[in-house]
Formats: sequence, C-alpha cells, structure tokens
Amino acid sequence: MSITPELDARFRAAAIQEGIVDVRYDVVDSPVGDLLIAATDRGLARIHYEPEGQEDELARVFGLRVLRSPLDDVRRELDEYFEGHRREFDLPLDLRVAGFNGDVLTELARVPYGVTTTYGALAAKVGHPRAARAVGMVMNRNPIPIVLPCHRIVGANGSLTGYGGGLPAKKLLLELEGATLPL
Amino acid sequence: MAPLESIPPFERFYLAHRDEVYRYLRKLLGARAEDAWQETFLRALRAYDRLEHGRHLRAWVFTIATNVAMDELRARPSDNLAPTREPAVELRRDAFRELEHLTDRLPPTERAAVVLRYGYDLGYAQIADALGSSEEAARAAASSGVRRLRRTHEHHA
Repeated sequence: MSITPELDARFRAAAIQEGIVDVRYDVVDSPVGDLLIAATDRGLARIHYEPEGQEDELARVFGLRVLRSPLDDVRRELDEYFEGHRREFDLPLDLRVAGFNGDVLTELARVPYGVTTTYGALAAKVGHPRAARAVGMVMNRNPIPIVLPCHRIVGANGSLTGYGGGLPAKKLLLELEGATLPL
Repeated sequence: MAPLESIPPFERFYLAHRDEVYRYLRKLLGARAEDAWQETFLRALRAYDRLEHGRHLRAWVFTIATNVAMDELRARPSDNLAPTREPAVELRRDAFRELEHLTDRLPPTERAAVVLRYGYDLGYAQIADALGSSEEAARAAASSGVRRLRRTHEHHA
C-alpha cells in the first residue's frame, strides 16, 4: 500500500505553509528541455538544464530540508517568456554570489532582451576590461540561466561560443528574443 | 576518526520511507492513519536540520510515527485490554504473516511493539526508543501481543 498523490501533495503544501523547508524545487518542461527550478524564502535560486540528481547540491548550499513542491510563480513567468509574452522577469532572486562574480551577474542582469553583448564588454562594465575569460567562467557557472541571460553573451567575433544548456538552446533563446544572430 | 554517515536531503529520506511508515500507521490506526502520517513527516522535517548524523534514520522515523500514533490512541482509545504477565514468546516471520490481520485487535503499545518487531524487523532497543520505554518493557509488550494474537487466532479458528 502506498500513499495517495493527494496525501503526498497535502503534506508538501503543509510543509511549505509552515515555513520549515530550506529550499523547494520542481521540474518544468520548456522548449529547451526539462528544467529544474529551485527557490528559497528569498526567491528563485537555481535553474538547471540537468534536472536529475541536484538534491545534494541544493542541500549543500541551502540546507538539508530540500522538498519538491510546485513553484507556480516561476513556472508561469518562464511559460510567458517562452511564449514570447514576457521580456523581463519580475521574480525575486536568491543570489548568494559576492565579489567579482556577483558584480558580473549584476551587470549580466542588465543586458536587455533581444540584445547580445560580448564577454569582453561585460568585463569592461565591471571594471576589468581584460577579464573576458573570467567572465566566461562566471557565465559557465551561472546559477540562474535564462532569467540571468548569459545566453545573450557571445564571443568577440560574434560566434555563440558556449552555453551550459548546449548551443542549440542558446540559439533557440536568441531567436525567440529576435536577436540578430551571427551567420 | 570514522566519517559519520551523511544525512541525505530530506526529499530522498521522505521518498525512501513515506510508504512503509504509512503502512505501519494503517496497522496501528486504521482509517485514522492519514493525519498521523502527515504529522509524522512534519515532525521529522521540523527536526531534520538538527540531526547530527544519518544513521538509523529509518528507526528514527518509526519512533516519531509510534509517538504520533500513541498520542492519537491515548486521545481516542480504540480498545484497552489489561496487560498480562507471562513468559516471553517470539514468533517466526511466516507465523506473523498468518496473524498479521489480527493486530488491530491488540492494545496500542502491544500493537506497535509487535508490528515494529515482526513487520519491520526493528530490534528491541529501537522499539524501546519508539515506545519511550525500557528494552525489557518493549520485549514484554511484543511478547504479550504475540500471545494475545495467538489466542485471538485460536478463538476464531
């Protein structure tokens, strides 16, 4: 005998309601594949292109009380974005990144919808014009891709270079936003 | 120093134990199991970030479930039979399967002790923790429960 889905859902909702969960997560489908989304009381904390097996990392960073639970606000804003009805996200973020990495992600968040810029230009914005490669590393470890738009950062010659979710995903996001792609 | 067994993320602990704890509470409480089951995992979640290691998590959650069930049974007793004083008896697993359907006729403490011992293979030390009693009392409760099961079984045979 197993518990019913209703009982399972009731427990998860009661746990969230009581505020005894460190981080909650869910898996949502999207045009760029299944995504894991995770949030704390402070806001959206993670988007992962690899939804399986992230519980340990979530527990390490945010606390052991990891629970799967629907994240309706995040899902809705992502859906609207993928349908082309949303150009900016209104979700609060829980971004536990400081120093250079934090500065880079803050600047990244300002890159507008449908616009691409380069790793070097982003480096210059944070006062380290020669740190293009270090900026690339920060993009590579971006905890909240799509919402923090690292897909809008391209190489100096206009090439797409790399992307955590794979180059086809990067291309799809830029096309969705109507950005001019390099040939 | 031996490394302590690490504590899994709550979700993994929950998925591993939610069904067996539910089956256990069904045996103790019948239709009243649903609320007790939810309360069990809420209590586990409340305490989860204060755990010091990941050993014995299964026994730990059964202890919580037993506490919740005992509270419920004391608040609304379904039956209350006087305890008996007789020599200890044990039961083989296959024998338990034959008698399992009669466990809901046992008084709460005996029922919990018998089900934990024979249904879930917990040791008497762990059952004692679950019941908040001594190991000797846990053994006596299981033993008394087994005798009562046998009598009930013979009575109905």
